This record gives sequence, structure tokens and C-alpha cells, in this order.
Amino acid sequence: MIPVLFFAFAALLVGCSLMVILHRNPVTSALFLVLAFCSLAGIYLLLHAEFLAMVQVIVYAGAIMVLFLFVVMYLNLKRDVEHGVHIALRRGAGWILGALLLTEGFWLFGRHWAAGPASPHEALSAPVGNTEAIGQVLYRRYLFPFEITSILLLVAMVGAVVIAKGRGPHVGRTPSPGAATAPPAGPQEPA
Amino acid sequence: MIPLSWMLALSAVVFVIGVVGVLVRRNALIIFMSIELMLNAVNLSFVAFSRQHGQMDGQIFVFFVMSVAAAEVAVGLAILVAIFRNRETANVDDVHLLKG
Repeated sequence: MIPVLFFAFAALLVGCSLMVILHRNPVTSALFLVLAFCSLAGIYLLLHAEFLAMVQVIVYAGAIMVLFLFVVMYLNLKRDVEHGVHIALRRGAGWILGALLLTEGFWLFGRHWAAGPASPHEALSAPVGNTEAIGQVLYRRYLFPFEITSILLLVAMVGAVVIAKGRGPHVGRTPSPGAATAPPAGPQEPA
Repeated sequence: MIPLSWMLALSAVVFVIGVVGVLVRRNALIIFMSIELMLNAVNLSFVAFSRQHGQMDGQIFVFFVMSVAAAEVAVGLAILVAIFRNRETANVDDVHLLKG
């Protein structure tokens, strides 16, 4: 039963990842990525990492991808139209490099294929749930990185507001065809 | 139970799909999404190994990777919005002022 579930989630994950990079419309790619994140959360559940599965859905699918979709719809991009021989050459080179990387990875690690099941310590984790186990390690050994992460998020928040807000007369204006020319007053590039 | 090698193979495949996405696509948003795919593939490896060793350190690292990815997405999309406001394009080929 569990291998069947794993294969289903894995196939969904790989299929959605391929559709993310292959589809022309950015909105469709973002939605496929949301589905990929949810299938990855399912795989986390199979690995008995329930807290991470829920955090994956809430943070990645629920916050990061929503931010992506906001920006995609704000920029109002059309379908990607790329023609030309040089585009096809670069695309072919990209696919060949990807296949090469995958083959190399499988060949390098094929001899020392990681043996053993992915979840051998069933009895050890039975007394405490996944959330409590993570909490016991996070707030004792990793308390300092936890606090630093909060500062990191604050810095990112301030930085995102400053960069996206901009300066000059175009603050608060939605992108228009006239924005291609340089605005008359003030430096526009983010400091 | 699921062998660890299956998890690692899946992680490798998703990572390579992310790499190909960064190399092949010219739309900055799709490149960001491919970077998120790569980060998630690595997260899967971390969780699988954490389960294998029976320790929580791998899952803690996944926690931090997720928070850093969230911060990176926020700042990266802000930069993209600022670029798009000035240049009216999200194609990374058109933003080449630093090119020699």
C-alpha cells in the first residue's frame, strides 16, 4: 500500500515539475508548482514527517506560491513566445545538460546505492509526535539559528518593501507601456 | 517500507528538472519556480536521510531552508517587479546592461 502511494505521489511530483518548466503560460506553471508542492507534502507524510508536510502546504503552497501568483498577475505577462534557431539550440543544450547531469548522478551513486529502508526507526519515534520531536531539537540545539532566521525574515521583508516600492513619480503606478522610458525625476534603480 | 534509494532518485530527478528549467526558460518567473523546485528536491533528501538516521536534524534543516526560501522569493520577486517597472520585460535576455 505504501509503495503504491509513494509511486503515485512521485509520479505526480515529477509530472507536475515537468509541466512547470514546459508550459508557456506562467500562471499555469505556478498552479502546477502548487500541485507539485502538495504531492511533496504527501511524500513527507509517508516519511512520517507530519509537521513538515503541513508546513510545506502552509508556507510553500499557501504563502510562497500565492506571492508568485500575485506577481504573475500583477505583471500581466502573456504566453512565452520564443522563436529562432539560437533559442532552439540553447534549449536543446539545456535538455542535454540535464540528461547528462542525471546520468552522471545515477552512475556515480549507483555503486553505493543507499541501502536500508527510509524509515527504520519506527519504535523510537512512537512515543513523541513529529512536531514535538522537532520542537525538542529546534528550541534547544538550534535556538540561535531560529532567532537569526527571524532577523533574516525581517530583513527580507524590509528589503522587499523598499525594492518594490521604488522612488520617484512612478511610485504607486501600475506598469504601462510608457514606463519603458526613463522617468524624469529622481534615481529609479533600487539602491 | 520505501527504500532510501528511491527517495534519493526522486530527489535527483526533481533537482535535474529544476536545473533544466533554469537553463532552458528565459522567463524570470519560471526561473524562480525552477529554483524552488531545486530547493524542494533537496528538502526531500534531507527528510529522507533524517528518517534513515532517526535524528531530527535533517528536518530542522528543512525548516530553515523553507524560511530562507520564503525570504528569497519575497526579495527576488520585489527585484523582478522593480525591473519590470523600468524595462517592461520579464525576459532575462533583455536585462543585459552588465554584459561586456
